Amino acid sequence: MASDTLDKAQAGDLLRTMWRIRLFEEAVEDLYGRGMMHGTMHLSIGQEAVPTGACVTLREGDQITSTHRGHGHAIAKGADLGLAMAELLARENGYCKGRGGSMHIADVATGNLGANGIVGGGLPIAAGAGLSNKMRGTDQVCLCFHGDGSVGEGAWHEALTLASMWDLPVVFICENNKYGMSMPSEKAFKVDFLSEKAAAYGMPGETVDGNDVEAVAEVVQRAVDRARAGEGPTFIEALTYRWRGHSKSDKNLYRSKEEIAEWKERCPIARFCHKMLEEGVLEQADINQAQVDVRTEIRAAVVFGTQGAEPTVEAMLAGVYAPSPVDYQDILKGLN
Amino acid sequence: MTDMRTMTYSEAIREAMATAMTNDDRVFLMGEDVGIYGGAFGVENDLINRFGPERVRDSTISELGIVGMGVGAAITGMRPIVEIQFSDFTAQAMDQIVNQAAKLHFMVGGQANVPLVIRTPAGSGTGAAAQHSQSLEAWFAHIPGLKVVMPSNATDAAALLFAALEDPNPVIIIEHKLLYKQSFQVPVKIPKARLGEGRIEVEGTDLTIVATSIEVRRAIEAAEQLAAEGISAEVIDPRTIRPLDTRLILDSVKKTGRALLVQEAAKFGGYMAEVSATITEGDAFGYLQAPVRRLCGLDTPIPYNPRLERASVPQVEDIVREATALVREW
Repeated sequence: MASDTLDKAQAGDLLRTMWRIRLFEEAVEDLYGRGMMHGTMHLSIGQEAVPTGACVTLREGDQITSTHRGHGHAIAKGADLGLAMAELLARENGYCKGRGGSMHIADVATGNLGANGIVGGGLPIAAGAGLSNKMRGTDQVCLCFHGDGSVGEGAWHEALTLASMWDLPVVFICENNKYGMSMPSEKAFKVDFLSEKAAAYGMPGETVDGNDVEAVAEVVQRAVDRARAGEGPTFIEALTYRWRGHSKSDKNLYRSKEEIAEWKERCPIARFCHKMLEEGVLEQADINQAQVDVRTEIRAAVVFGTQGAEPTVEAMLAGVYAPSPVDYQDILKGLN
Repeated sequence: MTDMRTMTYSEAIREAMATAMTNDDRVFLMGEDVGIYGGAFGVENDLINRFGPERVRDSTISELGIVGMGVGAAITGMRPIVEIQFSDFTAQAMDQIVNQAAKLHFMVGGQANVPLVIRTPAGSGTGAAAQHSQSLEAWFAHIPGLKVVMPSNATDAAALLFAALEDPNPVIIIEHKLLYKQSFQVPVKIPKARLGEGRIEVEGTDLTIVATSIEVRRAIEAAEQLAAEGISAEVIDPRTIRPLDTRLILDSVKKTGRALLVQEAAKFGGYMAEVSATITEGDAFGYLQAPVRRLCGLDTPIPYNPRLERASVPQVEDIVREATALVREW
C-alpha cells in the first residue's frame, strides 16, 4: 500500500484506526488514574502504526494472536470499542464477561484469537491456527503479534521451527519497542536486526520502520500474500517505541527522558497526518473531523462500559468448563 | 452377551484413534516420532500408512510448540490429539497446558472452546529412571479447566479417548506404559463412556479400595487374594480423576466403612490426598470405622535399580498387607 496509491478513504481509515487506539488508551489511562479501573494494563501509545498497518492487509476470516500489550491489535482487527472498554472495566457486558481484562481481550468470531498474559504464549497458538487453516484447506492467514521480549522465549523458537517445517500460513510480526520490560533489545540480542534470526528458520525476515503505517502495510502485505499462496511463514521486525512505561509499576529508570522525547518526535500519527497533508490526500478538515468522530466513539464506549452489570460468582463458576455434549454421536457414528 | 475380542491396551488406543480419524476429518494426531517410527511405545504403529503424514504429523522435539499448536488448531475448528512421548516431558509444555489450554475458554468469557486431547504415558517399571517414570497426574488435576483421564484397561482407553475427543474442553489422558502390551477382553462394540463416571471393578463389603491406572490392576489382583483370606474388598476405578465421581466413592465407603487409597505417584501432595479429603469432608465420614489410609509411591524420584524401582511404588503384596491391616486392626 504505497502512498501514491492511497486514496482519501483509505487514508482516512488508517488515521481513524490509529486514533482509535491512541484515544482508547488515553481514556483507559485516565479512567485508571481516576480510580475507575483496577488491575494493571500495558499501553501501546506510540506503537499504533504496527497493528494498523498490519491488519489493513487482512481479509475477513484471517486471524491474529496478540500480546499483553494488545489493545491496539484488537482495535486494528476491528474490535468493538464498547465491548473492549466494558472488559477493561471488568463488567459482564465486556468481551470476556469481566473474567479476562486487559490481557485477555479476544473476539474469536472475527478472528482475534486473543491477547495473552504470557510472553511468547501466543506464538505456538498462532502456528496452530496456521496449521488448522492449512489442514482445513482454507486460504486464511494468521498474524502473530509479539514483542522483542518474546524472542528470548523457547516458545518463539519452537513456533518458528514448526511453522517453517510445515510451511504454515503465519506472519510473525515482532514489535521491537526497544525494551522487554527494562531489558534493552539491543543488549539482549547480539544482532543488528532481529530479522536476521529468520534465516536460521529458513524463512524471509525483514525489518521495517514500525512508525510508518504505510511501510508496515507494504511489508506485511507481501508476507500475507506469500502465506496465502502456501509459501510459508515470514518474520517481520517492526521498529517502534512505547511512550509509556511497561505497566503501572514502571518508573522509567532504564531509559532517559531525552530518548522518550526523541521518539515522541517520531509519532506515527502526526507523521502520517503530515505526509497526507503534504501529498494532498487529506485536508486539515478531514483530519479534524476524523479526530472528532473517534472521540465520540470513545465516549460512547466508556458510557457503554460503565453501564455494564457486575458479573456474578455463579456465572463465573459456570464458565470454567465448556458444557459437555449430551451424547458422543459424532465420534461414535459408524463405530463397528 | 457382548462379543469380545482380545486386544492390548495400545491396540485399543490405536483402533480408537483410527476410528476417530475415519469418522471425523477434524481429528488428527501430532507428536514426536508418531509417524514412521510408530510411536516410542508403538501405539501409533502403522497409522501413518493408513492416514498419511498430514494427519499423523511427526513433529520436531518441541513439546511446548506442539501443545500450543494443538491449542491453536482446537480453537479454530480442529480436534487435535497431541502425544507427549513421556509424561515427564509435559514439564516442557506446562505453559501451554496450564496457562493457555486450561484457561482460554474461561479467560475469553466462553468465546472459544479448546477441544484438545493430550495423550501421554506415565509410570515406572521400565528401568528408565527418574526423568522417564513419573506419575504427575496431581499437577493437572489441580488446574481448573483441565479434565484428567487415567484408563486402567484397554476398553476404557478406547472409550475414554472417544469421550475426550467429543468433549469441548482440554483433556489429558494419562496412559500407563506397563499396560501398553497387556492384553484385555474388549467388547467388539466399544461402550460409551462419560468423563466423570467411575466404575466398581470388584464388589465387596469390608473395605473400599480406590486406585488409579495400573494400581487398579494390582488392586483387582489383591482383592482376589484378600477374598481367599476372607476379606471382601470393593475396588473402585474413578477412570477420570477430574471430574471425579465423588458419589460413587462416598456410597461405597458408606457401605464398607473403610477406605484404602492407592496410587503409584509419590505420596506428599498427591491425588489421593484429595480423595481422602473428599471422603472425610463428605457424608461418608460418619460411616468410617477406621482412618482413611493412603498407599502411595515412596517420596523419592524413581530410581534406576530394579529392586529399588519396584520398592518405590505399591505392588500387589503391599495392597494385600495394607488392606488386611485396615480390616483386622479396626
